[in-house]
Formats: sequence, structure tokens, C-alpha cells
Amino acid sequence: MAEAERVVRRHHDMGGLPAGPVEPVEHAHAPWEKKVDAILRLLVGKGVMTLDELRRGIEELGPGAYDELAYFERWISSISNILLEKGVIEVAELGAAIEAARARREATP
Amino acid sequence: MTVRPRYRPGQRVRVRRWDPPGHVRTPFYVRGHRGEIVRVIGPMPNPEDLAYGRTDRPPVPVYRVRFRRRELWPEDPRAQEDTVVADLCEHWLEPVGSGS
Repeated sequence: MAEAERVVRRHHDMGGLPAGPVEPVEHAHAPWEKKVDAILRLLVGKGVMTLDELRRGIEELGPGAYDELAYFERWISSISNILLEKGVIEVAELGAAIEAARARREATP
Repeated sequence: MTVRPRYRPGQRVRVRRWDPPGHVRTPFYVRGHRGEIVRVIGPMPNPEDLAYGRTDRPPVPVYRVRFRRRELWPEDPRAQEDTVVADLCEHWLEPVGSGS
């Protein structure tokens, strides 16, 4: 058989594994989460990236980050990495924006 | 542009057991397992190309495939007669001959 004896299950691919019950509750989204959603819709709508690229970026975060980050944190991490890969944004530009956001938050009483 | 589908409804197939890099839409729990083609969904862009931003590649046939629960999770005694369906790209499938 040409196929591998052992195929590794990747961390995100957890369908069918034992898990707790699903709690059917509505989620209230924070403004920043809505902003992340809007950013993604614009990028996909304008043809800058695809939804499948978003998924690849999320799946490549690795088990640690995948579990520690919240849902929309995974999205924005993936979006940032993909835009860096594509040269849409620059590393220094993103770093400066993160610093500025941090400063704004610390200045807020 | 249109790709002729290799399989037809009612045919038995086995899902390839492999683990390519990138983003794939074939759940791990169906890999290596046998199922039955329910219907041809049609040519669709290949998510494995789209995952690298390759939007100019030819579409691939996609099928709805039905699996018996006892084929996927034989160790679980619950609801063994239930079925699970998954939409899978043709390059993930191989034919199953009679008797296998």
C-alpha cells in the first residue's frame, strides 16, 4: 500500500473525539470581534485572501496557540500572518500598530 | 472547465489515508474508511489550492459520501445503525472492489 501506515491527526481536526456536552447559548460579540469579522469579509470580498487561507493560518497556529487563543483571536492572528506573507502589511507597521493600541489601552482610566 | 466525475451514486469508495500539508477538508475520522457515494455535488474549487490563495486552478469533483457509524467508531456501541455524511473531493477517494 502506497499510503502511510500511520497518519497523524492534526490538532484542530477533533471531530469524533470524546468531548463534553455542547452548550447551546447565544454569544454576545465584543466590538473588536465584530471588527475582526468585518476585516475578514472585506479582505475576502476584495480578493486579497480566501476563507481557506484563513483556515490554513488558524490550523498552522499549532496546538498551544490554538487552545489558548479565543475564537476571534485565532482569526486575527491568522489574518495578520497571511497579510504579512503576502506583503500587504509590514512587520514594523503591525508592531507599531500593536504598540499604539497598547498605549491607548494603558492611557484609558 | 467541467471535469467528468469518476464515481456515481451507489458506488463504494474508500477514503485515502494520508496527511498532506496545508488545509484539507477531509475529516480525520473518515480517512481509511469505506463509504458509499450518495450524490455528485459537482465541480468545486479545490480547498487545498484555495488555502494557498491559488484561485485559478481547475475545480474538482466533490461527492457526498455516506458512512456507517459502526465503520467509523466500531468501539462505540451506541447508534451503530446511524450514518454520517461528508462532502469529499474526488482525489481523496479510491474505488472499492466487490468483496472488499
